[in-house]
Amino acid sequence: MPLLQQTSLQLPANFETYAEGKQKGFLRMKELKEQGRQVVGVFCSFVPLEIIHAAGLIPVGLCSFSEESIPAGERDLPRNLCPLIKASYGYAVSDTCPYFYFSDLIVGETTCDGKRKMFELMNEIKPTYVMQLPHQRSEVALQVWRDEIIRLKEKLEDFFDVTIAEDDILQAISDKNRERKAVLSYLELGKNKPSPISGYEMGTRLDAGAFSFDIEERIHSMETRVAEIMEEYEQNKDQLDPERPRVIITGCPNAGVRDKVIRRVEELGADVVGFDACNGTREKVELVDENEPDVYLALAKKYLDINCSVMSPNPSRIEYLSNMIDEYQADGVIEVILQACHTFNIESHFVRRMVNEKGKAYLGIETDYSTSDSGQISTRLAAFVETMSF
Amino acid sequence: MTAKNPSACRNFIGIDIGSTATKVVVLDDHEIRETMVLPTGWSSVEVAEEVRERLEALDYLIPDSYVVATGYGRVAVDFADRTITEITCHGRGGYELMGSDGTMIDIGGQDTKTITVENGLPKSFLMNDKCSAGTGKFLEIMANRLGVTLPELFDLAARGQVLPISAMCTVFAESEVISHIGNGEKREDIAAGVVDSVIRRVAGLALRHGLEGQKVFLTGGLSSSPYIVESLSRVLEMPVHTHPTLGRYAGALGAALLGRQKILKRRG
Repeated sequence: MPLLQQTSLQLPANFETYAEGKQKGFLRMKELKEQGRQVVGVFCSFVPLEIIHAAGLIPVGLCSFSEESIPAGERDLPRNLCPLIKASYGYAVSDTCPYFYFSDLIVGETTCDGKRKMFELMNEIKPTYVMQLPHQRSEVALQVWRDEIIRLKEKLEDFFDVTIAEDDILQAISDKNRERKAVLSYLELGKNKPSPISGYEMGTRLDAGAFSFDIEERIHSMETRVAEIMEEYEQNKDQLDPERPRVIITGCPNAGVRDKVIRRVEELGADVVGFDACNGTREKVELVDENEPDVYLALAKKYLDINCSVMSPNPSRIEYLSNMIDEYQADGVIEVILQACHTFNIESHFVRRMVNEKGKAYLGIETDYSTSDSGQISTRLAAFVETMSF
Repeated sequence: MTAKNPSACRNFIGIDIGSTATKVVVLDDHEIRETMVLPTGWSSVEVAEEVRERLEALDYLIPDSYVVATGYGRVAVDFADRTITEITCHGRGGYELMGSDGTMIDIGGQDTKTITVENGLPKSFLMNDKCSAGTGKFLEIMANRLGVTLPELFDLAARGQVLPISAMCTVFAESEVISHIGNGEKREDIAAGVVDSVIRRVAGLALRHGLEGQKVFLTGGLSSSPYIVESLSRVLEMPVHTHPTLGRYAGALGAALLGRQKILKRRG
């Protein structure tokens, strides 16, 4: 009977923390601004970045994962709200996020209620354009979303006084598709058994990489890391423990709880092998159809298919996760639910049912960015790993 | 800690340091030799030391024993050979006491958990979140407010009519109890309301975890109260089983059994 022994996480020598990546990005962005480039701050995966790239603008994600700005956010927003929303708004209102500061325009979409209404407050700080995202997948929704994408194009043209040519959109689609493939090949390293890379490193590197503002550089960095890891893996594969339970992380964005959940469960003896999350494969698995003559329709289709729980119903997420469990040979699923995220919290009913029906272990963790519940979470994670280890 | 020689381990000791009580079970190769329960007090380290002294006084020497610590204070047991979470230990111990697979409900001092055991091993579990409603702590606070001990609270409750307590939070529920007292309500009825409130929270957690087709087994200190067992059974609309004497030792027993299992396997 394997009683668990705690291990410390092995990280590569050139490992850069998320905070370090974020810091370095500030300087890169400052230089770009000084060169006269303009920046669009974006919220959530549904914003079609191709349109922003095609306009020659730089998109930067503004979702925040740190606890420090939450008190500032709570001056205007209710406490019982998603920590990601409070943190993002908190940075904006206290003017402590350089990326928000450098953004000329904010673009959000009506994903969840919390963000949708927060944008109204954010608009008083900086112009915030909100795309009306339909919450279902149907012919009507597709047409609505296609029109919304065209409206975004017009908004950018008007706001920045530029013209967005269809050829530039096509080029951006092709570039972003190549990036998706590179990121996917990196994220799918976890399909190897035993896993060649810790989930903690995988997620951190990917998120920190978002602070490089050059697609080619990001593609290159992903491809280089995949090659390095696989080369190392061929040599040390036999020394890795094939018995470690394999875990998939699903649910809300997990960057804000990476230490207390992902790092911790790996220290307790499991391998995090896959991420069904918006900072995982969720936005990467489906490419934009480059053969579709209507570029707006092609974009609308791709983005509407993103398996976020704001979609109702959302059976494709359950199907995707079920396949993922098979393909990654997972033993269990940890669902990260950020406090007050109703859609993921409710949808967890279907996730748990599916995981249990497959005979795999399921653990739901509802939490925020604070460390006050680290002890309780640690006990649950340890017990979860124990249940997979007997 | 250095690994002990399996053949030198004559005793298998499980120590479960809960937030309120510390439970100890000593096994030999075949049966339970000793059980003890101590109040945890304010320091897990001190209670662990006291456990060591008591064990040695009974001639269960640590170097001859394999010690597994569990419970929220498990890390304080510096003479333990292993720590295992209380969830796995309760599952294992509950299985032993119940004699079959099923779902354990453990009402602890600061958390409540349901654990489903399949083929003798914990398969899934659910714990209450950071809130004391639905735990022993809630009962303790309300008993203090009514000026009675826990057994007296259950006796009072058994003679009362449930006076509903609607607040979901311990702090607000306490104010509600105070206003019931102020309104001259009968203590029996308030006590029945207090117990009912906890039982409903516990049942809510258990039903959320899922009890369909499960044999249900209550562990923890409260499992020795027939009134609690009956109330839970009534709310869940299904039989609730307990062990007549060892229910509160489920975690410590599981810890001792898991330790023994490991050593026996090593002996081959």
